[in-house]
Amino acid sequence: MAIPTIEINEKYCKGCGICVTFCPAKALALENFKAKAIKPEACVKCMQCELRCPDFAIRIS
Amino acid sequence: MSFDYEKYLRPGKLPHIWCPGCGHGIILKGLIRAIDKCRLAKNRTAIVSGIGCASRLPGYVDFNTVHTAHGRAAAFATGMKLADPELTVICVGGDGDGVAIGGNHFIHACRRNIDLTYIIMNNNIYGMTGGQFSPCTPTGAFASTTPYGNPDPVFDIARLAIGAGATFVARTTAYHALQIDKLITEGILHKGMAIIEVVDGCPTSYGRRNKFKSPSDMMTWLKDAAIPVEKTEGMSEKDLEGKIVTGILHRDETRPEYCEQYALLRERAQRKEG
Amino acid sequence: MKKVALIQGNEACAQAAIYAGCRFFAGYPITPSSEIAEVLSRKLPEIGGTFIQMEDEIGAMAAVIGASLCGLKAMDATSGPGLSLKQELIGYACMAEIPCVLVNVMRGGPSTGMPTGPSQSDIMATRWGTHGDHATIAVAPASCQEIFSETVRAFNLAETYRLPVHILMDEIIAHMREKIVFPEEGELEVLNRAEPTVPPAAYKPFDASFGDVPPLAAMGSNYRYHVTGLNKAEDGFPTTKAALVDAEERRQLRKVDVAAVAKNEEYLLDDAEFVIVSFGVVSRSARFAINQLRNRGIRAGMLRPITLWPFPAQRVAEVAKNARAVIVPEMNLGQMIGEVERAVCGACPTRSILRVDGEPITPQQIIDEVEEVQHVL
Repeated sequence: MAIPTIEINEKYCKGCGICVTFCPAKALALENFKAKAIKPEACVKCMQCELRCPDFAIRIS
Repeated sequence: MSFDYEKYLRPGKLPHIWCPGCGHGIILKGLIRAIDKCRLAKNRTAIVSGIGCASRLPGYVDFNTVHTAHGRAAAFATGMKLADPELTVICVGGDGDGVAIGGNHFIHACRRNIDLTYIIMNNNIYGMTGGQFSPCTPTGAFASTTPYGNPDPVFDIARLAIGAGATFVARTTAYHALQIDKLITEGILHKGMAIIEVVDGCPTSYGRRNKFKSPSDMMTWLKDAAIPVEKTEGMSEKDLEGKIVTGILHRDETRPEYCEQYALLRERAQRKEG
Repeated sequence: MKKVALIQGNEACAQAAIYAGCRFFAGYPITPSSEIAEVLSRKLPEIGGTFIQMEDEIGAMAAVIGASLCGLKAMDATSGPGLSLKQELIGYACMAEIPCVLVNVMRGGPSTGMPTGPSQSDIMATRWGTHGDHATIAVAPASCQEIFSETVRAFNLAETYRLPVHILMDEIIAHMREKIVFPEEGELEVLNRAEPTVPPAAYKPFDASFGDVPPLAAMGSNYRYHVTGLNKAEDGFPTTKAALVDAEERRQLRKVDVAAVAKNEEYLLDDAEFVIVSFGVVSRSARFAINQLRNRGIRAGMLRPITLWPFPAQRVAEVAKNARAVIVPEMNLGQMIGEVERAVCGACPTRSILRVDGEPITPQQIIDEVEEVQHVL
């Protein structure tokens, strides 16, 4: 299975950290107040981060 | 599969004005998914709001959008719906806007059972003005105007709506993202007044004053406090203290809808005239 | 043959609204305007229109603005306390430039005042009754026939200028019964708002390149747009850019063509030495008084603003030039006199006749005042 692409729009991301907290695979982290995909290979495509991102800043594909 | 929100967003309006971790954006996304599920035509959909943080929502979405005066969304929407009963009219707004300054319009729109869908984004506070307490701020909680704790009892929006006569009343939280679009979809498809209360966190104005260290803490609170209505059977008021009962709380398909009733009245008037 | 009837002022107003194309009324019961709602609750559904009694005065104004936004000509009717409550939304309709008509049957005030007593004490509340700068159009009929024609004109003005337009009546003319001759269809001009012709994607609801009153699309039509009470740019979205805010605010005042909106009745004014400026029910006493004075050889005349706002300051200034005195009888403690003095600007003496006891100003009061002035000057 291909590694999912976690696209983070830094212009929209406000660094609230909700995606990081609720990622069950610990694939995300905050760096310089922006979300960052630190372990995309761990992503299970549960879409929790995308659904709960209040800022339209994450896309999983 | 990622959902394509762009299709319903007005170009160039993001990032939105809401603070980091504010749940309003999550609710906006839920509303967009619900509208998509209902296949509403953009030209035939109106989104009407009052004043406040939540009421800035209409500016972002590509429909007929009306940002009215504080508390008046339901009354504006009533005029719009009666003028064009086939138009889908959705109200959005916050707790203070909807049930404090707009309380009278809210209960009477419920009483008439007019076919509106009203999404109350309840973040327990007046956010835009800097965190004053609202009728939904928990008793004892801190706000910029309750430095000694809130002395006021709390409005239960869903119960208020049921008591006033709304025929579809549901509640969820900003944490329960998928339930948001599910309930809004049901509300839109319901013929009559549909109230969907989405309990939401305001990290900036409420969280900071009430020991929520981060937006994630607020989301965790919403996650933990929520209890599906199906699981509340046999639970007492005391058991439910501090809980957020979620799901469809009330549904009545038997009561007539207001615009339909008015159409019948028109027929009677015209027969009489003829 | 034309239809003739003996009807009440409030009913004339309601019938005229229908003639003007009004198809939506929202209101809240209030004396002395309630008959307008009662008549329209019967008539509107008969012709496919909508009547709704709202939960409060504010809700009524909101529903009217909402219905107008969806393309219907819409009206609300109230009295002083209701006017006070509606002020925020009057400002909303001004700012969002949504046409509507608001009838105010004036009664005593402030507060609950004298609900069944006549008054003309809302002149300034009508002009300034909402916060911020805004244009105001108010028409002030003086007979049942004129209530009919001015109500039609009020709708025309609202639709022409995208503004809330006030119909100022008082309890006496609203409750008075007079013969009226109903105009036939097409006899009175009925105007509709300008609708856009541009492709939907190019539509901007406040595009000043179409003039100071840009076309307004009905929501739910092929045009989709945003409306807000915030200061807005041409596309309807909020702006705080200084130049845009300034231009919008100035356009909103400038858009009312004062000369085109002006309407006065001038009664025996050509040679008048004593000019009475009055409107509404008081003008009826003034007319009687002028006839009596003329019989005694005193050259009195009347300037009667039918469009009360914008106030006919220029015309008042012109007639004051040849007058020995300008006399302003009004049923309040001095409101229109201020506008008159501003216009007369010292060209001749001005005098007030004021009455707020719930009784109309009588012709005798006016005759006495003119005779006194004649001796003093």
